Amino acid sequence: MTVLFGILQILTLVVILALIHRPLGDYMARVYTSGKNLKVERMFYRLIGVDSASEQSWRSYLRSVLVFSLVGVLFVYAIQRAQAVLPYSLGFPAIPQGLSFNTAVSFVTNTDWQSYSPDVTMGYTVQLAGLVVQNFVSAAVGIAVAITLVRGFARRNSGTIGNFWVDLTRGVLRLLLPGAIIASIVLIIGGVIQNFNGFTDVTTITGATQHLPGGPVASQEAIKEFGTNGGGFFNVNSAHPFENPTAWTNLFEIVLMLAIPFSLPRTFGRMVGDSRQGRAILAVMASIFAVSLTALTLFEALGGGTATSLAGAAMEGKEDRFGIWGSTLFATSTTLTSTGAVNSMHDSFTSLGGMMTLLNMMLGEIAPGGTGSGLYGMLILAVITVFIAGLLVGRTPEYLGKKIGPREIKLASIYILITPTLALAGTALSFAIPAVRADVEKTSIWNPGLHGLSEVLYAFTSAANNNGSAFAGLTANTPWFNTALGVVMVFGRFLPIVFVLALAGSLARQEKIPATTGTLPTYRPQFVGLLIGVAVIVTALTYFPVLALGPLAEGLH
Amino acid sequence: MSTLTPIPTADQTPAALSDGSPKTSAFTLAQLVAALPGAFRKLSPRQMWHNPVMFIVEIGAAFTTLIAIVEPIIGGTQVSGASVVPGSFTWGIAVWLWLTVIFANLAESVAEGRGKAQAESLRATRTSTMANRVDSYDEVGDGAAERAGTSPVSSADLTLGDVVVIVAGELVPGDGDIIWGIASVDESAITGESAPVIRESGGDRSAVTGGTRVLSDRIVVRITSKPGETFVDRMIRLVEGASRQKTPNEIALNILLASLTIVFVVVVLTLNPIAGYSNAAVSIPVLIALLVCLIPTTIGALLSAIGIAGMDRLVQRNVLAMSGRAVEAAGDVTTLLLDKTGTITYGNRQAAEFTALSGVPADELVRAAAVSSLSDPTPEGKSIVDLAGVQGLSLDGLPSGEIVPFTAQTRMSGLDLPDGSQIRKGAGSAVIAWVEEAGRLGSQELAELDESIERISNAGGTPLVVATKSSVGTARVLGVVYLKDIVKTGLKERFAELRLMGIRTVMITGDNPLTARAIAAEAGVDDFLAEATPEDKLALIRKEQEGGSLVAMTGDGTNDAPALAQADVGVAMNTGTSAAKEAGNMVDLDSDPTKLIDIVRIGKQLLITRGALTTFSIANDVAKYFAIIPAMFAGVFPGLAVLNIMRLHTPASAILSAIIFNAVIIVILIPLALRGVNYRASSVSSILTRNILIYGVGGIVAPFIGIKLIDLVVSLLPGF
Repeated sequence: MTVLFGILQILTLVVILALIHRPLGDYMARVYTSGKNLKVERMFYRLIGVDSASEQSWRSYLRSVLVFSLVGVLFVYAIQRAQAVLPYSLGFPAIPQGLSFNTAVSFVTNTDWQSYSPDVTMGYTVQLAGLVVQNFVSAAVGIAVAITLVRGFARRNSGTIGNFWVDLTRGVLRLLLPGAIIASIVLIIGGVIQNFNGFTDVTTITGATQHLPGGPVASQEAIKEFGTNGGGFFNVNSAHPFENPTAWTNLFEIVLMLAIPFSLPRTFGRMVGDSRQGRAILAVMASIFAVSLTALTLFEALGGGTATSLAGAAMEGKEDRFGIWGSTLFATSTTLTSTGAVNSMHDSFTSLGGMMTLLNMMLGEIAPGGTGSGLYGMLILAVITVFIAGLLVGRTPEYLGKKIGPREIKLASIYILITPTLALAGTALSFAIPAVRADVEKTSIWNPGLHGLSEVLYAFTSAANNNGSAFAGLTANTPWFNTALGVVMVFGRFLPIVFVLALAGSLARQEKIPATTGTLPTYRPQFVGLLIGVAVIVTALTYFPVLALGPLAEGLH
Repeated sequence: MSTLTPIPTADQTPAALSDGSPKTSAFTLAQLVAALPGAFRKLSPRQMWHNPVMFIVEIGAAFTTLIAIVEPIIGGTQVSGASVVPGSFTWGIAVWLWLTVIFANLAESVAEGRGKAQAESLRATRTSTMANRVDSYDEVGDGAAERAGTSPVSSADLTLGDVVVIVAGELVPGDGDIIWGIASVDESAITGESAPVIRESGGDRSAVTGGTRVLSDRIVVRITSKPGETFVDRMIRLVEGASRQKTPNEIALNILLASLTIVFVVVVLTLNPIAGYSNAAVSIPVLIALLVCLIPTTIGALLSAIGIAGMDRLVQRNVLAMSGRAVEAAGDVTTLLLDKTGTITYGNRQAAEFTALSGVPADELVRAAAVSSLSDPTPEGKSIVDLAGVQGLSLDGLPSGEIVPFTAQTRMSGLDLPDGSQIRKGAGSAVIAWVEEAGRLGSQELAELDESIERISNAGGTPLVVATKSSVGTARVLGVVYLKDIVKTGLKERFAELRLMGIRTVMITGDNPLTARAIAAEAGVDDFLAEATPEDKLALIRKEQEGGSLVAMTGDGTNDAPALAQADVGVAMNTGTSAAKEAGNMVDLDSDPTKLIDIVRIGKQLLITRGALTTFSIANDVAKYFAIIPAMFAGVFPGLAVLNIMRLHTPASAILSAIIFNAVIIVILIPLALRGVNYRASSVSSILTRNILIYGVGGIVAPFIGIKLIDLVVSLLPGF
């Protein structure tokens, strides 16, 4: 029965995504290629003094991204520090420096790592003016960067890759805002709360008093999933009945997470003028997703140990209303997109199941990945794959008519270096510096031993890949974690963007080489298989040793 | 003028077109031994530094050696990741790491060694000779420099613009162009071809190369190279690999390999702090072993050998690439411009058919054509006589007479017989005009003639009209000889193969479009450029390049030089002018234009070899992980033993076996790196599938078997 219901959920999800990815992908292609501006957009451009018709070089685009994000960090930091004097703060005090920094960075980088319990830390003003705004714009920045890379492939002899302010505005106004509004309404209908009531005290049957928080949950929930942000209104995130009351809202939230990332390949195909190329990328993403979901569900359903045998499956840390399948589907979706919302505690998954959520992030958030970041991450891997495949057939490698030469390979290679370095170095430093190690062992790790190691590894992997989910058994609101994770999030977000934009600029400048029978076709199943292979092998080789020390050592005995 | 040996035509037999690569023995034990000293010399960090992957191995080897020396002094049992390792373990690792570096250097030395022998024989030609330099050359008044005084100068002191006189028996003192005279020259020192060639002033065969020997006559040569920069000097540098620059693809691959190396350095550096938390920290030699196993040493070790060997394969086919970049571009070529004459067709036309006009007996036409061709030295004339013989004409007793040679003005040739009658054969309009001197032709006769001429032209042939004039002055047309351009056999298949490789072939010819189309269709080329001038050729190349194509062509004349320079791959014929040789980026010493196809193949093979070994190298890591990771940590986490799927004997033997495999595989693959992987023209997808299966899947499977076998031997050692 559970199995049947689980499979039905997956089938429903597949059907919905199959139905929406084409219209949504086509719509996004129009949004980012259209020459017309809406009235409200024209007003906005006049306000900020941007000429919407002029385009930017990659360097100028990058400057805009960085300046915009820096302003975002400073603003979110400031309003947290000023919370005590802001209205609608529910009486919460100002947020400490370290945590403010960590949270500001976390939301601007689309990570939404939360070192705090939101329902007892953040008032409405900070949540709405700071965090929700970043939920919109950080997602829009990700898509904008991905679109520039697509333009790099689509254009020829072009010195420019688009206008950041136009891409950002359109992403928010034409895509994320309308989507979030519709999604909020659906969520409210599904039973998610939406109010400004503050705390309500209720007396339970046993006579005790419960202090129930209210708030604008549905509106935040919608963009949290749709923009693959993941920062919950409540500490337990989508496991909370006010955020995610039923199996239906659960499935709807999964659809929201996957909608944009799975539609962007279609946008890519449309913009480069060859839908087959988009389908190939989609096939890579979907295949990895399917295998990962199957593995996680198997590990959790088969469980292991006496308690789980009695319960029928590894139900620890999972909500009864979602069951194994609803939890693994959500967990796979949230870790394979860079969402990081959770409806079950990954920390309590079986060792190998927990390893799957870790591995999903280690893949570099590409299947389908975050809004925008998933597509550009996958295209970078495609560039590497094309290079190796091109050599194997005896041609200077080219992808979509663009030569993959030393400069392109240099940019792509550095890109793939960044996140593993950040994740591994962060974890290693946590144990290598004696003072830090003492603090980590004393304050942060609640589960000493192998599992504690996995928790730290998970935290840094999550931050480096801008996921934001956590192995919850770790106390991260410490000076070390707030600072280290904050730095890792910044580098994990913006360093890759530097190289993606540079690559976009370098590709846009090139002439397009016409395809001949000697050109390697990059839309056939053969290429799809090769790209999957490269993605998996590169990840596996990088992380195998640490996985052996953490979840593998824990799971194999 | 003294006897001139006929110009040896470049080998144009179909055999030269076949893809038969000269079977070069990949390498022998003797070569290996000869390369050993070089391999050790290359251990100098200053040289190793250029190869980051192997440099890291060398640092690791030095570090491990240091530890091996210090260990016994510190004493105690050696423990790594809670597993006890034998005392000889560190020494074992150190020795094999050094061997890994030496094997890599060996690969490069062997590759270089093959070029060295060639360089030696070239050097022998460079020995300085004495040259007779003309003191003050007067081009107009004394072109032959017979009156001007000469002074003896060492060839090493000759410089650009000097004029020298060379007589039979002397060595040419430097590269130059003949400005007066004609001579036969023995170029075997450069080309290996023993038959002498003709060099003469003016025209496209005026270049002479320093070190070759003039066999006959006397020539005046203007030197066109600076000392130390002659053609031979450049060749020596090329075959020795001294002037080898990294190609764009090689640079890109190096970057990818470097970044993979950095990832693994990060993995290894971060491992012990993390493992330390679980008290599973491993010893430094084990960490170094892990690092060396993971970084792409196989391709890192063989990369430069692959490049040198690729150039060498060209040199063995007598093609000199002026840069590795050109070789690589050859693999990417998408458009091939081929001259019709000599490349697609045999250089000469052959009589294929006699068509007599109605009312003329067939044997009269055959007889007249044969008689007029008997003393005709051209291949066309000879082929007419041959065809007449085949058709049953007895060649004995045919009359001879006074030859009327072909001129550009008359456009016909013929024979005046002793009895006063004349025979003429030539272009239709010229012969008709000659006949009509004696009276107009009948309209029916004319129409019939036109029809024959057109039919032959449409078929790509050349019509040769034959007419006679009797001693009394009555003239009549006998018929038409069909001279056919013979397309070389086997070409159609080669072009189909090229099409499969994604390469378009364009035939360049001076013929009219009609003839060109017919020959193009027969040869199976994709396109043709008729009535082509050098300017048209240049324009075509530009047009193709604007569309994103990479163009390859051959050429020999000075007027080809701009096109050769514009083309991405310009192969100049060695018989050509120095201007052409300067402009191109390759020189074919055999002057065989069809070799372009081989050059493309070698370019592709070079890339594929790099790709194949890279894939193999990365795929190997999977098995090495399964050997090393359980060996490193199974002492602390016994559960990880299930990952030891090869059932390796002990942690120490597992790690040592992986390192040994890593070193030995380099030696095993040296022949492949030097020979290049097999390349058969087929669709890109099937090439990719085949190479992934062999080098990707094979790369995953092979080390599982190899490491297991090595482990069986290593486990026999005491303590392992």
